[in-house]
Amino acid sequence: MKIYDGKYILIGLIIFIVLATFPVWFTHGRTVAPPDLKLDTPVIGKMAVKQCVLPKEEMITGHMKLLNDWRTQVVRNNERMYVASDGKTYEMSLQNECMKCHSNKSEFCDRCHTYAGLEKGVDPYCWNCHIAPKENK
Amino acid sequence: MLERAMSGSPRYYKLLGALAVLMCLGFASYLLVLEKGHGVTGLSRDVSWGLYIAQFTFMIGIAASAVMVVMPYYLHNVKDFGRIAVFGEFLAVAAVGICPIFIIVDLGKPMRAFNMLIYPTLWSVLFWSFIVQTGYLLLNILIGWNVLEAERKGTQVPGWVKPLIYISIPWAFGIHTVTAFVYAGLPGHEYWLTAILAARFLASAFCSGPALLILLCFLLKKYTRFDPGRPAISRLANIVTYAMFISIFFVALEFFTAFYSGIPGLEEPLKYLFVGLNGYHRLVPFMWLFVILGVAALVLLSVPKLRNNDKYLMIGCACVFFSMWFEKGVGLTLGGFVPSPFNQIVQYAPTIPEIMIALGVYSVGAFVLTVLYKIAVSVKEEVGA
Amino acid sequence: METTRRTFLKLGGVCTLGLGTLPIVNALGKTDPEPKFVANTRELTARRWAMAIDLKACWERGDPKCRECTDACHTTHNVPDIGNRQHEVKWIWSESYGNVFWSAANPYMPLDLDRKPVMVLCNHCAEAPCVRVCPTQATFKRADGITVIDYHRCIGCRFCMAACPYGARSFNFFEPRPYIKTELNPRFPTRDAGVVEKCNFCEERLSMGQIPACVEACNKEARAMYFGDLEDPGSEVRRVLAQRYSIRRRPELGTGPGVFYLI
Repeated sequence: MKIYDGKYILIGLIIFIVLATFPVWFTHGRTVAPPDLKLDTPVIGKMAVKQCVLPKEEMITGHMKLLNDWRTQVVRNNERMYVASDGKTYEMSLQNECMKCHSNKSEFCDRCHTYAGLEKGVDPYCWNCHIAPKENK
Repeated sequence: MLERAMSGSPRYYKLLGALAVLMCLGFASYLLVLEKGHGVTGLSRDVSWGLYIAQFTFMIGIAASAVMVVMPYYLHNVKDFGRIAVFGEFLAVAAVGICPIFIIVDLGKPMRAFNMLIYPTLWSVLFWSFIVQTGYLLLNILIGWNVLEAERKGTQVPGWVKPLIYISIPWAFGIHTVTAFVYAGLPGHEYWLTAILAARFLASAFCSGPALLILLCFLLKKYTRFDPGRPAISRLANIVTYAMFISIFFVALEFFTAFYSGIPGLEEPLKYLFVGLNGYHRLVPFMWLFVILGVAALVLLSVPKLRNNDKYLMIGCACVFFSMWFEKGVGLTLGGFVPSPFNQIVQYAPTIPEIMIALGVYSVGAFVLTVLYKIAVSVKEEVGA
Repeated sequence: METTRRTFLKLGGVCTLGLGTLPIVNALGKTDPEPKFVANTRELTARRWAMAIDLKACWERGDPKCRECTDACHTTHNVPDIGNRQHEVKWIWSESYGNVFWSAANPYMPLDLDRKPVMVLCNHCAEAPCVRVCPTQATFKRADGITVIDYHRCIGCRFCMAACPYGARSFNFFEPRPYIKTELNPRFPTRDAGVVEKCNFCEERLSMGQIPACVEACNKEARAMYFGDLEDPGSEVRRVLAQRYSIRRRPELGTGPGVFYLI
């Protein structure tokens, strides 16, 4: 079987594989510390039972879904009071409820977001509009 | 057949190259808008639609070039149009293809454009505008491509194309009507709130689209071995003539209603456009160009000796095209914002980035048109048409 | 067993599809528990919120330069101060009487009436043209009569701005935050470049049991603004509308505005 332009195809293929696997070999061997999330805000410190709106594992994977649901309920349905599975009531608001406890955005939210490549200004652009709590730095 | 667009004369490549440069400049300007916001355009709180929407409105009209060839050919067996039907359809593809681009560059949040599909709103005219534009684009691509392919192969057009052709005829009427409905259903702008706006859109479409097609046919005759044939051009010229008369007549009707009734809300926009109002007269020169070119067009087109002369026909068609551009692509959108909801006049002028973006979008259309025409011409030349 | 390559591939395809059904069935079977909501006891409710602006009181009792309503609204809602007419963003502001009610004006009116200030804002129309034209339902009518903009969904097409006969809507031509001259209200978000915004009848304050910021501010000055439920005959809006002559902006357009002007 004759391969036409075999030389060019092989070179192109190699270049493609090198580029496509760039993230794998470029960072190989380097260790990056996993994000260190700080929960030591004054409000959380005062809580007797340190429980979020959802259980921790659900929150990690599902906080965007929760926020989207809350957004629909508040903006479009004028519902504001959410009852969590443990019976506690929360006002559905990123700025005014979530950030009440997690007032240290740069040591909490941003840690994972930056690690995952979601930098402010690109994603999540929630903070373009929703005002982040003032941190004493 | 796409490979036929990959090879051509040096002039072909130069044209594509020049258009590509304009496209890049337009894109760079658009990046500026994305970065800084629409504040870098001439838009304002009082004139919230400008160059982009005006060009969108005008180019939807150009897409009528297809139906004015397709309808006589397929419904009324006008054989002369068989030679140029595909060119009418490809012009429609280029024209209606850049309409969504004009909308996208105008949006404040273009990354959310798909919200129109995720949350379809059946009572919003803009939603239907999107549907009919996309539909017409697909129809013309499918029809033009397959008819051309059949001609190249020397076979019959596949059976499934016929129903699409028949659908495309009322659909063409639909795209202009829906575009007119974008304007004609808004209660706050007296200039747009006229029942004959859809009829005016149709009339100006049916003269400006085929006028451009005639000019393109002459270009084809000059620069390629394909001759569209004088009979086809003459018939198109007849259509342009009648449509231009109706178009001008409709504009005159607006003047009568406004000035015989004496209602200020109707008079004021026309006064602003044609003679100036309260010292504001930025658009007056453009509107008089519409009038002068329109009259010139009517003269050149209605005298048979002139209409049958290639040179005068070309001048006449150019007059039609630009006259309609001044009326629809400049006067219509901007005139609707005068006077403002607070009975004031705020004028608009596009900025350099805005103009570059519009030119860039037009270049995309011209690029697509060049490529499609190159393919069609090469097939026609090969088949010996 | 003798088999052709075609048959093998067909069987392989069917098996792969079969393997794929298990995750789909699992996903469909898992139902999230329905989120529960509880009534918001603090909120003020109405069947149709409306406002009445007593122009006479505003002109007689108020300072001609008073803009307390505008300042209160724009501070509460982090409205940017762009500083030029072309790009300005405003939710409630004053226009001169001659520009608001030009069809009612006549050449024999009191000389200064033409230039007297009239506060204008979104009228939260019963038949809102902006709601009719929005292609994504980012602008929609709430059950309590407020015309709301969902800033998350708005694509910035500005069809609503063309549709509004009252010029009540503003487009964010720039990123607004650098232009917010007042101290940020941390309880309310800002908006983003590329979306359209307007008065929201302080729906977020209503949900906390508070009246609109403009009304509250005016109550400390000219006491010229009334806010209440148009469908509640006992509301202060209905009371004052029954006592005084009122007009609305461009009622002939059939929009059914919810802002009344007492003259």
